[in-house]
Amino acid sequence: MSTDPAPVPPSLEVSGLAYAYPDGHQALFGVDLTVGRGERVALLGPNGAGKTTLVLHLNGILEAGAGSVRVAGMPVDKRNMAEIRRRVGIVFQDPDDQLFMPTVREDVAFGPAAGGLRGAELEERVMEALKQVGMEEYAARPPHHLSFGQRRRVAVATVLAMRPEILVLDEPSSNLDPASRRELADILRSLDVTVLMVTHDLPYALELCGRAVILSEGVIAADDRTQDLLCDEPLMRAHRLELPFGFDPRSVTVNSG
Amino acid sequence: MGAGHAHKLYRHGHSPVHDLPPHCKLAAVFCFVVVVVSTPREAVWAFGLYALLIAGVTALARIPAGFLLKRLLIEVPFVAFALLMPFVVPGEQTHLLGLSVSVPGLWGAWNVLAKGTLGVAASVLLASTTELRELLLGLQRLKLPPLLVQIASFMIRYGDVITDEMRRMSIARRSRGFEASGIRHWGVLAKSAGALFIRSYERGERVHLAMVSRGYRGSMPVIDEVTASRTQWAYASALPLLALAVCLVGWTV
Amino acid sequence: MHVPDGFINAPVSAVTGVVAAGAVAVSLRGARRELNERTAPLAGLVAAFIFAVQMLNFPVAAGTSGHLLGGALAAILVGPYTGVLCISVVLLMQGILFADGGLTALGVNVLDMGVVTTVVAYALFRGLLGVLPRTRRSVTAASFVAALVSVPAAACAFTLIYWIGGTTDIPIGKVFTAMVGVHVLIGVGEALITALTVGAVVAVRPDLVHGAKGLTAPLKLRVDGELVDAPAPAREPAPAAHRPTRGLWATGLVTALVLAGFVSFYASANPDGLEKVATDKGIDKEAKEHAAKDSPLADYGVKDVSNARLSGGLAGVIGVGATLVAGSGAFYVVSRRRRTQDEADTRTEEKV
Repeated sequence: MSTDPAPVPPSLEVSGLAYAYPDGHQALFGVDLTVGRGERVALLGPNGAGKTTLVLHLNGILEAGAGSVRVAGMPVDKRNMAEIRRRVGIVFQDPDDQLFMPTVREDVAFGPAAGGLRGAELEERVMEALKQVGMEEYAARPPHHLSFGQRRRVAVATVLAMRPEILVLDEPSSNLDPASRRELADILRSLDVTVLMVTHDLPYALELCGRAVILSEGVIAADDRTQDLLCDEPLMRAHRLELPFGFDPRSVTVNSG
Repeated sequence: MGAGHAHKLYRHGHSPVHDLPPHCKLAAVFCFVVVVVSTPREAVWAFGLYALLIAGVTALARIPAGFLLKRLLIEVPFVAFALLMPFVVPGEQTHLLGLSVSVPGLWGAWNVLAKGTLGVAASVLLASTTELRELLLGLQRLKLPPLLVQIASFMIRYGDVITDEMRRMSIARRSRGFEASGIRHWGVLAKSAGALFIRSYERGERVHLAMVSRGYRGSMPVIDEVTASRTQWAYASALPLLALAVCLVGWTV
Repeated sequence: MHVPDGFINAPVSAVTGVVAAGAVAVSLRGARRELNERTAPLAGLVAAFIFAVQMLNFPVAAGTSGHLLGGALAAILVGPYTGVLCISVVLLMQGILFADGGLTALGVNVLDMGVVTTVVAYALFRGLLGVLPRTRRSVTAASFVAALVSVPAAACAFTLIYWIGGTTDIPIGKVFTAMVGVHVLIGVGEALITALTVGAVVAVRPDLVHGAKGLTAPLKLRVDGELVDAPAPAREPAPAAHRPTRGLWATGLVTALVLAGFVSFYASANPDGLEKVATDKGIDKEAKEHAAKDSPLADYGVKDVSNARLSGGLAGVIGVGATLVAGSGAFYVVSRRRRTQDEADTRTEEKV
């Protein structure tokens, strides 16, 4: 995992990021994180560690109080905002928030259309994204007629349609039944994009991401191979991270990365 | 009421009426209702013809009469109101089935009943042959301010979600043995409504974030354009034009 | 209160349509000022909320139930402009999708239930807040009065429109008495639910209550500015004080209702009360249309007719009086509170 910004700039470069909400509550205290192109990284951390706050900085919804965020070498600021938002695809936790259009097709089309795509090109982009998540047959359906797992997949498609540089997933496995959970994992593995996955689901992180970072009390407290992190019991305990009953990260052979 | 029933409003099908562009249908229904309302009440036969026109469109759309009639029930409260008019409106009295009723009252009742029913029937036909999102596209095409269309479209999209949330909260209340039966319980209902508002508003904020994340800058990107050919406009205008003819005759006779 | 086609004549419908369109246009600009680019999702969600909340039927009197109109609630929670937009969109969709309210009567309906309720409620609410001490309780109290008045105000507006352009000459006095009477009762329900809802939201997320914006700003400053306003936080733990005030209102309202019921029985013994009852019942039925429509009408119509007659009669006779009683009661309470602000809680409770 080289963090060297060599010829290809890393997908994501966060340095010294600090942020306090207008009410004075400070959530981030100097976050440093670099995610190379094509990497899949899990962002772990207890509730209230500032994970969502960090995510909202990645596409400029929140403005850094101190420090900087760069996406594919571009600083996140007003000038680049449209391009940044195209490149950073955030999949929010509740697909109902993300799927706000009357039909699946229109929802997937929203992003590219906002970017100026029209007509056949737009249609093609939509179908391509839906195919990537295996939902092309549902294009004409209203989102609220889909199952939760299907809605989550469409939510991923809405973001993929924008051909993002980095896919940011907030709790992708929450509320999914085991089959949907596996299907989503297969989809994520098949994609050729950088992935930053915010999750409490440690086995899922281990399955999908070679590298993991722990965000705790507003800073990156650990950054290592996922398997090594999960095996470090004192570290895990210190950050309120617990493995599910009967799960032993040592016993798993991982080939992701 | 409520969006919970929304999917029951539309009757899927392929008919000349279903296939017309939504904005043509909206315009046609609106004009039809305007014509009906402007018809003098004394031209009783005109309303009969209007009803025939509606029946014709219903048949063309292959909407079962029962479906239409059931939806007409929405009007029942007004029927009750109309039926009272002959008794409360002062004026010349006449005798009907042994009751003393007023003539202007009878006319008033007839007026409200006939026009109201035709209006409801036309709207019901529109809603049962046009999909929700088509209606929204149609409204947009008819130059309803885009912001209003957006608001309406979010309302439709999230009506179900919020109604579901409300239902879940009500189930949670009842599971704990709560039954709203009197004034004492309004507080609980209102707390639920308050919680529902907070949830709705916060969802609105999250939806906004999701939109902004995908490049929203205040206006909806154009994804679908509905267009209508001259022929389609001609088909759609048949209903109001025929009605207009009837209306004009009604005024001159 | 959704007016169907054929109720108001064509010219007046057209004029109200134009006026309503103008009001909506003004609101569109105003809402953009209130919410800027967040207007569409937020107003849409609030409209969906109002849509859902209109399904909350609450028992009124004598077994009938009313439901929220929501104008006052929307105005107080999201501001008058967005409020008008939300209600107008709800009415538009009800008209097109559910045939609830005629298409030609859309202007009447928007003006009546969208514009009049929100504007009256909001003006009254701001006015009261200006006079009352700046506490959460005042917000709740002001919402109560605002909602209480907004519903009969809409009824008055309807009566006015009917007077100008009604298709049938029902003596306008009768329309007025019946409409306002019934809507005072509905207004009481509306007021209670609105006040409690606003109270519940203020308690949890005061920042979301548009009408209380001025209230939260100084609170935040206190938090930032450390010990600047030491006595203020002491007054702040309002939740405990909520109860006695609510008790007070409840008492006042119950008194008004009991009074209303008593007089209505007395009045129905009066021979020419019958005629009145009939009108009242008619318009009452009209106002209840929603409730009926919700569960495709099935059992509502027949079962509640006799009840409606009862409550309608009751309302018609005592309606205006009840507003006065409830209204002046609220003002009395409010002015007492202001005079003896700090130690009032226990005392008012004792006195009532």
